[in-house]
Amino acid sequence: MADKNGFFDLSKSTLSRRTALRGIAAGAGLALAPGFVRYSQAQSSAPIKIGFQSHRTGIGAAYGRWYEKTSAAAVKAINDAGGIGGRKVELVIEDDGTDPARGAEVVGKFAKQHKTDIVFGTLFSHVVIGSAPAAGENKIPYFVVSEGHHVASTKLNRYVFQPGITDVKSQIQSMAPWIAANAGKKVTQIFPDFAFGYDHRDYLPAALKAQGAEVIAQIAIPPTESSFTKYFPQIPAETEVIYHVMVGPAVLTFVKELGEFYGSQRPQLFGFIDSLEAVDINSPGLEFLDGSHFWEGSPRYAQPDDSAAQKAYRAAVGIDDNGAAVGDPKDVSTAAHMFGCWETLYVVKKAMEDAGYKGPEDRAKLVEATEALKEFAEGPEHPQGPKTFNGKIHQCFGIQNISKVEGGKLKVVHKTKIEDGLYEPEGDYTTQAL
Amino acid sequence: MHFGPHLLLAALEGLVTSAVLALTALGLSLVFGVMRIVNVAHGEFFMLGAVLAWAISTAISGHPAIGFVAALVIAPLLVGLVAFLAEWLVLRRLNYNPEGTIVATIGMLYIIQQLALTFYGPEARPVEPPFNYRILLPWFGYSGYKLSVIAASAVLLVITWLVLTRTKIGLIMRATQYDRETAQAFGIPVERVYAGVFAIGAMLAAIAAVLIVPISQAHYLMGQDPLLLSFIVVIIGGLGSLRGTVVAAILIGLSDGIVSVFFSPTLAKIIATLVVAMVLVFRPQGLFGTTPR
Amino acid sequence: MKDASPAKTYALHLGVIALLFALNFVLPDYHQGLFARIMALAVFAMGYNLLFGYVGLLSLGHAMFFSAGLYGAGLTVYHLGWGVPEAFVAGVACGALFALAIGLLALRTSGVAFMIVTMMFAQVFYLLILYFAAWTGGDQGLVIQQSSRIITIGGASLDLTNPTVRYMSALALFSVVLLITLAVVRSRFGRVLVAIRENEERTKMLGYDTVANKLAAVIASGAICAASGAAYALLFGYIGSSFASVQYSILPLLWVLLGGAATILGPLIGTLFMYYVTDITSGFTSAYLLIVGVALILLVLFFPKGVLGSVRQRWLGWLP
Repeated sequence: MADKNGFFDLSKSTLSRRTALRGIAAGAGLALAPGFVRYSQAQSSAPIKIGFQSHRTGIGAAYGRWYEKTSAAAVKAINDAGGIGGRKVELVIEDDGTDPARGAEVVGKFAKQHKTDIVFGTLFSHVVIGSAPAAGENKIPYFVVSEGHHVASTKLNRYVFQPGITDVKSQIQSMAPWIAANAGKKVTQIFPDFAFGYDHRDYLPAALKAQGAEVIAQIAIPPTESSFTKYFPQIPAETEVIYHVMVGPAVLTFVKELGEFYGSQRPQLFGFIDSLEAVDINSPGLEFLDGSHFWEGSPRYAQPDDSAAQKAYRAAVGIDDNGAAVGDPKDVSTAAHMFGCWETLYVVKKAMEDAGYKGPEDRAKLVEATEALKEFAEGPEHPQGPKTFNGKIHQCFGIQNISKVEGGKLKVVHKTKIEDGLYEPEGDYTTQAL
Repeated sequence: MHFGPHLLLAALEGLVTSAVLALTALGLSLVFGVMRIVNVAHGEFFMLGAVLAWAISTAISGHPAIGFVAALVIAPLLVGLVAFLAEWLVLRRLNYNPEGTIVATIGMLYIIQQLALTFYGPEARPVEPPFNYRILLPWFGYSGYKLSVIAASAVLLVITWLVLTRTKIGLIMRATQYDRETAQAFGIPVERVYAGVFAIGAMLAAIAAVLIVPISQAHYLMGQDPLLLSFIVVIIGGLGSLRGTVVAAILIGLSDGIVSVFFSPTLAKIIATLVVAMVLVFRPQGLFGTTPR
Repeated sequence: MKDASPAKTYALHLGVIALLFALNFVLPDYHQGLFARIMALAVFAMGYNLLFGYVGLLSLGHAMFFSAGLYGAGLTVYHLGWGVPEAFVAGVACGALFALAIGLLALRTSGVAFMIVTMMFAQVFYLLILYFAAWTGGDQGLVIQQSSRIITIGGASLDLTNPTVRYMSALALFSVVLLITLAVVRSRFGRVLVAIRENEERTKMLGYDTVANKLAAVIASGAICAASGAAYALLFGYIGSSFASVQYSILPLLWVLLGGAATILGPLIGTLFMYYVTDITSGFTSAYLLIVGVALILLVLFFPKGVLGSVRQRWLGWLP
């Protein structure tokens, strides 16, 4: 970085600005208003470059587009409020094709060619795991928004973080009490026969058992399957709840066929909205879901009790009350996950400012500053809700929403507590060398 | 559920898969058999059919059946046109060199996929079926539309068979398939036959896609599985054998469904694939193929 | 392939190796890393070329051999804690064993049936990786930690995660395989293989055991592809089922066809071309697949035998 020396003074002045900002944000949630706080000296240093590993093509493309929109909105909000440590933020986007091999190359490209300060934004687990070694070798902090349990499993490395979205193990654990108390005691799981499904297969039975309910059947469906009816006879007749977490383009088929199979005589349904992200809940064939329940990270539909921060976030990203793009009701967002991009970028901002981050030479300091974070208060920077962060396993834990499909909308009926989702750490990244 | 109904359900599901597979594979078989080229972009013509069906049916208001019928007519024609142009602009210039056409059709695959992603988007989108009728069996409910897909596919297969065996066009195609040089010597315009065959092959895939799209949605990556399965069907059935293609499609569609009744699904797929591969190892000419001359 | 003085041929290939060696010191960081990847994968393409280019057997199942090497090396490191050299040997051995088994079965067929049979066996292998996800990590895959990727010989240690060590390791593997294929192709065995490609019946009548020769070629091809996979796992630290998917069976075919089938350097050129077209075009448009597609079609229209194949046909008849 060219202006190392001049920068030192700048960061001092931003410290006071940050404190001021925090007060304003907490007070009215107005910090997002463009031009509200702007310091002219902020423009004088080179921008902080954030490498955004985006699923523009391949199976993750529907998510990638919304991750980009959300991140662009967050970057705009951060820049309008003075940037990070007084420096502008710039997103550098590369497509990873939702492919782990290409993902690793893209991380290398960010580190060595674009010389970005960090890498950010990956969703699909196999891309995260495939890219993690490249991030570790290049010693570039890698902030993912994936919801997978891979980061918290401590099987990756010290440079990988997931501070913006709760991992799936925690989500499952925090859902179980509600399912057992409200949906039913005898649960049949239907899940894709690959990693995302395995998290549910492995963690749900124990979580339900602790609540006095049980999983009576587990039906794994191969990832290549495009029709599902032939698996439904395996659902035991005494099933009270079908817990479904199918993902991918065939998921509408899954729901429609379930509807054809059961008609109106169906057990309770509980699903993860992952199945229907970017899909209109009012698509033909989905009437069957009326009255069923879904997990949502952040609610797709605007709720009556939405906080000012949530409203400001939705406006900034450009989604309407139905969770679709403003001006195009058919363009449904991936609301339950993409908030994680927004929040992760604010975590990066906080950690960089804490570390007094100046450039790539400070990456190790950034890692340590991130590990030192403990909690994130609900507010404009964390519109989904409050979170705690475990620096040893690089994972955050937040609240989860359970929503009911009612009149073609998703209505939040239960919010879990952070404590519901906490578990014993499986390892400790901080013991690894930097 | 008891074993009997379970098996019935698996068989019904298998038949739907077979019906769509038979049409798609027949298209590939024609291209493969007559032109002797491997069309890697065949699955993309399938995808294009589904995507166009979505575009057409959403553009037309009124009863869903009107949009669906319009899609069933227009989408295959458009796909046929695209295929015709591709043949005319690229494959012909390659002189149907087998290796060159593989690279060229991989290129087409990328182009069609990217265009679909750019103009249609990454989402899976449903098309409303022309009618919603749930057949209530004593043990479970079943989609009436799915049964009609089986029927429609059967009718289309019979029509194709009649065209191939009873008309002059069919005769010309078979002659070209049998021996290109001799056909040319007898004044058959081989180049026009090739262009036609390539277009018809793509249209058959598109028709199959329009039929399936009310059941499984249109998505820009949906072409890969039909491509692989069609290849398998064509080879198992025996190159250029219409009867073989249909029998193989039913065999593969049913085996996939029924084996999954007995084993865990991924294991079922492993076993089914191994069995079919072994059939081919010990009968490389396919079930109904004759040994190559 | 006529009348090449061995000296000229070897000079050319040693020159290419020397050039790649020199590039290590010239290339910017990012391209140094990319070249390491390309060289490792070019080995995959060379292994494929041995079977496809010289014997004329079009397999659509080589992802199996590549991933046999990938998993053979990766899993022994991950679960058994093996060192890098042993793991590499394990990977290559896995590939050779699979090639032997698949060769015995698949060589009963030829032409399109061979394509489909190999594809289906590879599909079975892919599904097995998913089925045994508890050990393989399934579709998510596994990370081979940096600390397991250090070779210690005596007192010296080689860290494969160091960019220069990685580049040189990939180059070493590439060079060895390049020289081996060159020697094979120029040997009596290589000539029999080409004879089989041109006319199997006649070769048989001349008294050659074509089946044994083909089997040997399948095993050699499988072992080379597995070496590429094993190197990929150890150099880049990730193994996952996507490397066993059908896409990775089509890629080496594409690279070989682009560079020129039955040319020694074609696989490298094809791999290099595909990587750079993708990398450069993705820099200025998100619709880069469109450009890749158009580039492929233009290339095949104007260089129907691949880059080197066409060069050999038009200008350099002696090129091996």
